[in-house]
Amino acid sequence: MRKSLLALTAGLLLAGSLSAASAADKLKVGFIYVGPIGDLGWTYQHDLGRQALVKELGDKIETTYLENVPEGPDAERAIEQLARAGNKLIFTTSFGYMDSTLKVAKKYPNVHFEHATGYKRNPNMSTYSAKWYQGRYIQGLIAARMSKSGVLGYIGSFPIPEVVSGINATMLAAQTINPNIKVKIIWANTWFDPGKEADAAKALIDQGADVIMQHTDSPAAMQIASERGKLAFGQDSEMIKFGPKTQLTSIIDTWGPYYIERVKAELAGTWKSEDTWGGLDSHMFVMAPYTNMPDDVKKMAEDAQAAITAGKLHPFKCPIVGQDGKPVECKGGDHLDDSQILGMNFYVKGIDDKLPGK
Amino acid sequence: MELVEAIILAVLAASTPLLIAAAGELVTERSGVLNLGVEGMMIVGAACGFAGAWLTGSTFIGALFGIVAGTLMSLIFALMALGLAVNQVATGLALTILGIGLSGLIGAGFVGERITPAMHLHIPGLTDIPLIGRVLFGEDGFVYVSVALIVGVWWFLGRTRAGLILRACGDNHVSAHALGYPVLRIRTFAVMFGGACAGLAGAYLPLAYTPFFIPGMTAGRGWIALALVVFSSWRPGRLVIGAYLFGAVTILQLHAQGWGVGIPSQFMSALPYLATVLVLVLLSRARTGGSTAPAALGTVFVPDR
Repeated sequence: MRKSLLALTAGLLLAGSLSAASAADKLKVGFIYVGPIGDLGWTYQHDLGRQALVKELGDKIETTYLENVPEGPDAERAIEQLARAGNKLIFTTSFGYMDSTLKVAKKYPNVHFEHATGYKRNPNMSTYSAKWYQGRYIQGLIAARMSKSGVLGYIGSFPIPEVVSGINATMLAAQTINPNIKVKIIWANTWFDPGKEADAAKALIDQGADVIMQHTDSPAAMQIASERGKLAFGQDSEMIKFGPKTQLTSIIDTWGPYYIERVKAELAGTWKSEDTWGGLDSHMFVMAPYTNMPDDVKKMAEDAQAAITAGKLHPFKCPIVGQDGKPVECKGGDHLDDSQILGMNFYVKGIDDKLPGK
Repeated sequence: MELVEAIILAVLAASTPLLIAAAGELVTERSGVLNLGVEGMMIVGAACGFAGAWLTGSTFIGALFGIVAGTLMSLIFALMALGLAVNQVATGLALTILGIGLSGLIGAGFVGERITPAMHLHIPGLTDIPLIGRVLFGEDGFVYVSVALIVGVWWFLGRTRAGLILRACGDNHVSAHALGYPVLRIRTFAVMFGGACAGLAGAYLPLAYTPFFIPGMTAGRGWIALALVVFSSWRPGRLVIGAYLFGAVTILQLHAQGWGVGIPSQFMSALPYLATVLVLVLLSRARTGGSTAPAALGTVFVPDR
């Protein structure tokens, strides 16, 4: 059964779809998605997680999702709608839902909330995220080995810490292979606009970049790189279909196990507000097969992955030097501590660009 | 030099869907009908265009699918807003909501599929001329169609009797009716033309721009096309300037970021909107010094029988 949620703000339109099942005594679990489930990226992976959840616990729960919910005031309405509809556990799956989720969480103390990639919590609001910078580090190593021009192209979404730490991890890794490596960064200022992502990829390639990395959601950049005979990394999802001879690897989000674990806790009555930040060791994400590269590069990537998983290699190992040439304070012993990575708002040395807003 | 050529090519690609959709909406609005459903018609055109190309392997047939889909969507609008005299603003917005949902449904089976992108023209000798060769003789068919389309619209509205009658309907439907012109029939054709163009513009996205289908891939381009029509004061010539200016600033700000000019990217992203609005407003003030909106735009007309 599908119902329609229609929201209308300032000439912009949102059309989401609400899917709901019947049965009364099952635990109701809600999801808010920022894109369409068919985006083949971020939202698609969250929905795969939801599907894994249904497969595992389908006889005890029922799930509802709202897709295409814009960040901002609409999000608050959508989250509240799920809370009012009797959902006891609600996953809000985009950074921009943070304040909206917190507001609704305070209003509905008996409902539990889980916000992805944010940092604000409440007794009934958890946060969860993945240490994607670990994957970005591996990509940086590969990129530096595979680039002939020594120029990497990076498409950013918004200059938030998660994206900035990804750029830094990439460059720190690349610099260990080629100290003079350059990165060109273009901010799309959107998570999802295939046309604009493609334009950004074209601009980067036209300016000499030969390995394209992205922190936006669609496979458009991969396809442009493929058309132009360059190399690229996928994002969030397996994108090899869009560049069989182009994709080097991709960071694939795997939310299923986490969703299952949290819903099991809710069912058992043991759910409590937590902050989960899983890395390669926790399988919050996996690396797609290493393709389109020589065996020695592949071996290097696999070794790095093993070392990071085992905790022997930390991408933000000190000393780390900022753009101003001064070393960054090292709060985590021999590496930056989590709070420094989660709040990262500086570029490391070697990035010839200015961080927007700095 | 190669970079300049690459930038021009990217600008043309980014501007073409805006120009096609806006050309159609311009004709619709000049007949006195405000159809805010451009985004909805575009996205359905994108889904059906991709479906057509995927099923037949032909970009041309895909484009036809897009045109037909956009036209069918516009007929829903015509039925409601013209036939039943429902409020045009509300109907247009509803059409967009319907379109977004419908395209997701149509496209669901095609998400993740690939097609061969539209062929680019290649004339040995001409296409290889440096700088202008690929720009003039190496585009995909949509770019040439968009140019022909806007020239055709300019000629039709300004130079033909039929265009004059269409504009009369848009400026004063009562007089046009009194003179014996079938106002509603003319407006229906204008709305269908707008739908066909929006469908074609939508189809351009998965057929040539980014050759795959993803729900919501129009990402607001229909709204930009609508705004371009208003800011161009309903004149085809200014519409061309507006569409290419918007595309140019969009691409140039991306390049500027790549060069690292140090201007905040948030501002750069807003620049296409600011620049286009500014230039078109200045243009319309300089020439006419006032609004040139069709006088009957958006008003309901029920002929007395």
